[in-house]
Amino acid sequence: MIAQTHQLPYSGNIHRTVLDNGIVLLIHTLTHVRSVVIAGSVRAGALYEQPAQNGLASLTAEALMRGTQSHDFDAIFSALEDIGADLSFGTGHHQVGFGGKALAEDLPLLVELLNDTLRYPTFPERQLENLMIQRITELRYSQQDNRYRAEEAFRKHLYPPEHPYHYSSYGTIDTLQTLSPADLKAFHKKHYGPAGMLLAVVGNVEPVKVIELIQESLGGWRNDLQPDEVDLPELVAPEKQQRINVVLPGKTQSAIVMGTIGPSSFAEDYRAALLANSVLGEFGMMGRLGQVIREDMGLAYYAHSRLDGGVGPGAWSISAGVAPDKVDVTIEAAIHQVNQMRETLISEDDLEDNLSYYTGSLPLRLESAGGIANQLIAMERYNLGLDFLVNYRELMYRFTREDIQSAMRRYLDPERFVISVAGPSA
Amino acid sequence: MIDFADTHQTTLHTLPNGLTIILREVHSAPVISWWVAYRIGSRNERTGQTGISHWLEHMMFKGTPKYEQGELDRLIDRSGGQWNAFTSMDHTMYYETLPSDQIDLALDAEADRMFNALFDPEEVESERTVVISERRDNENSPTFWLNEELRAAAFRVHGYHHSIIGDMTDLYSMTREDVMAHYANYYRPSNAVAIAVGDFDTATMLAKIEHYYGGLPTGPAPTPFMRPEPEQLGERRVVVERPGHTAFVRIAHRAPSATEKDWFSLAMLDSILSGPGGNIDNKTSRLYRRLVVPGIAAGISGSVEETIDPYLYQIGATVSEGRTPAETEAHILEEIERVQQDGIAVQELEKAKKQARASFAYETERVTNQAYWLAQSAMLNDVDWFDTYLSCIDSVTPDDVQQVAQSYLNARSRIVGWLLPTGMEGEA
Repeated sequence: MIAQTHQLPYSGNIHRTVLDNGIVLLIHTLTHVRSVVIAGSVRAGALYEQPAQNGLASLTAEALMRGTQSHDFDAIFSALEDIGADLSFGTGHHQVGFGGKALAEDLPLLVELLNDTLRYPTFPERQLENLMIQRITELRYSQQDNRYRAEEAFRKHLYPPEHPYHYSSYGTIDTLQTLSPADLKAFHKKHYGPAGMLLAVVGNVEPVKVIELIQESLGGWRNDLQPDEVDLPELVAPEKQQRINVVLPGKTQSAIVMGTIGPSSFAEDYRAALLANSVLGEFGMMGRLGQVIREDMGLAYYAHSRLDGGVGPGAWSISAGVAPDKVDVTIEAAIHQVNQMRETLISEDDLEDNLSYYTGSLPLRLESAGGIANQLIAMERYNLGLDFLVNYRELMYRFTREDIQSAMRRYLDPERFVISVAGPSA
Repeated sequence: MIDFADTHQTTLHTLPNGLTIILREVHSAPVISWWVAYRIGSRNERTGQTGISHWLEHMMFKGTPKYEQGELDRLIDRSGGQWNAFTSMDHTMYYETLPSDQIDLALDAEADRMFNALFDPEEVESERTVVISERRDNENSPTFWLNEELRAAAFRVHGYHHSIIGDMTDLYSMTREDVMAHYANYYRPSNAVAIAVGDFDTATMLAKIEHYYGGLPTGPAPTPFMRPEPEQLGERRVVVERPGHTAFVRIAHRAPSATEKDWFSLAMLDSILSGPGGNIDNKTSRLYRRLVVPGIAAGISGSVEETIDPYLYQIGATVSEGRTPAETEAHILEEIERVQQDGIAVQELEKAKKQARASFAYETERVTNQAYWLAQSAMLNDVDWFDTYLSCIDSVTPDDVQQVAQSYLNARSRIVGWLLPTGMEGEA
């Protein structure tokens, strides 16, 4: 048992099945846990809504569990909560993701509810009113959050209004208030279907039984109305540096978000950029940014960088929270670190440290069923193949210091940064 | 139900220098989690030194003569592991979770920094501003201000009075010498418990631990500063005004310590009133149905924490746009009264127990979490607390739940907090 559970997921122990209706099912058995995790997505993200109806996709997804043809709101949540299970939906730009967890013996109920909520929601009016109240309260609350406001301004200035990433998938108070149950029903009818759907099941389960279970429920799903995948408009990074200040009275700290467009997860140099990002703002105590801004200068509790990747391209950004009078010196220090990596090759030791970090952390990242399920979905979405994890070390160790410098030069140009600051004063 | 106490070998040891060691073999993944927990937290801090335990925790990452600042960050990330630390009201804990064949690094690192932290004067000053920045980051959340005021109102004498990060004035005035004295007083084997959970052989691991920790200085366990809270003599109320648009209500009552039988009954009451927490939703809880379904609140939550001394059972609600804190508070109190007067149904309790069993199963799938809960148990001075958690929950009866509602959730021991938004004038 020990030898078996220590094995990485690979083509020999991942059961991949494509149902007749196109749903891709990935199953991995863990014998040392008592639970089961499901994770996956359907192709019904915010890309498929119009800007005037911003929030429609995410409100539709959230309302899936508010009532179906056979279960009302209370029945759905009683069924889940009575057994300590969980099922929820979340909306990104491309996909509506879902995740659930239950004790292994309760997988049939979890799958039944997934099938029911995905296929037969009724969007009861009273439930939608309730959801709307909650969402508007949340949006109003986030207006007070300087990190949220800095991120929001960064996104809006990095992506032009004609690009879907300009908009938050969560919607705005104005656009949400225009949405009706009929809008949600129409969106669901057109966009929810098996085409493009991914489903991973990981836990103490028998693959043959899981395939039967999924086949019996979701196997019968059809939707001829589902459109093809949307192509994103061509995107180029901003031509010149921009600075945006969001003034929030009463705050004692300023949030900084700065950066530009990064590579998508499909790009050839995506993993070189991941390594570059690690050196810049992740490895150890938040990479070079953490070392300089937090450890050496004592300016911030957090100062790190993030590469979003995704189908995108997503952003490549640097974030820090500092005292309002330290904003400029922090921005200057961060840009200096970026320029240094663009101008000078990282050391052999830095390269080895970061390669070792990325490859050595696999056992920890894959310790839980949820971690494995998310990894399986990513492998399928980005066409990485079922042996991606066992080949991972070889894949990563191909990268050189020059590759990392090249990714920095290609993407992370401070002259084209959007710099967003939210705090008590400009 | 998996009973980890039965299925995984767990042993308890004490070194001659007083270090308590708990070892649990779990071979589900090739990783080991190593924790060192010190019996010192914010409850033991004096006025003028609030936040000192947390600041000291930060300084433990600033280097020793053997591992200069940043070196362990590098070595641990290189090995594919993770490490961190946190300070609570009752304790300070440090941990590393590493691939099994790298565990010597963690053992050596924690043994080294138990006595050899550097406290370079420049690093101390640099970290002062980092901690101040962390506090300012917390202040970004309007509810931080409410929570801080509520605790201060709830505890006039006891150290639970102040927030873990400390009061801003103390963060400015504490000295390097204060932090070093705190370190010298409380970081020693006799005031620590070390825990390993994961893919190892017990005898081999014990030999390694003796190698790294056996030679550390012996000394008596310190007696941390602590002042018991006197009885509360009536309801207390606080109102906090902050910029924003959203109001919050928080209702707290004095709770028992985690080792008392009533604590488990209160945990079940909380699950029935506000949901089980963790990954399990709360949409069929009594307060969700009472407040969120009709749109009075946008969300509700409850918490009863595992503390050494009696702390608080808290219920929080985010008031919906257009509704008031007063009506929100009234509805919460009516739900409490309903339990006090009518009790709960057997089915409600059975559901709460099943949720607790499921949460426990999820929570213990990672070795890091198992090690944390063993460390938490040791800090409560009851190493069996974690392993007997489910049986304690299982013994709770509907009458027990009604009884704790009656004896703990009364007006005399109540603290009510309102956060009132003042709008966002001046926003640009």
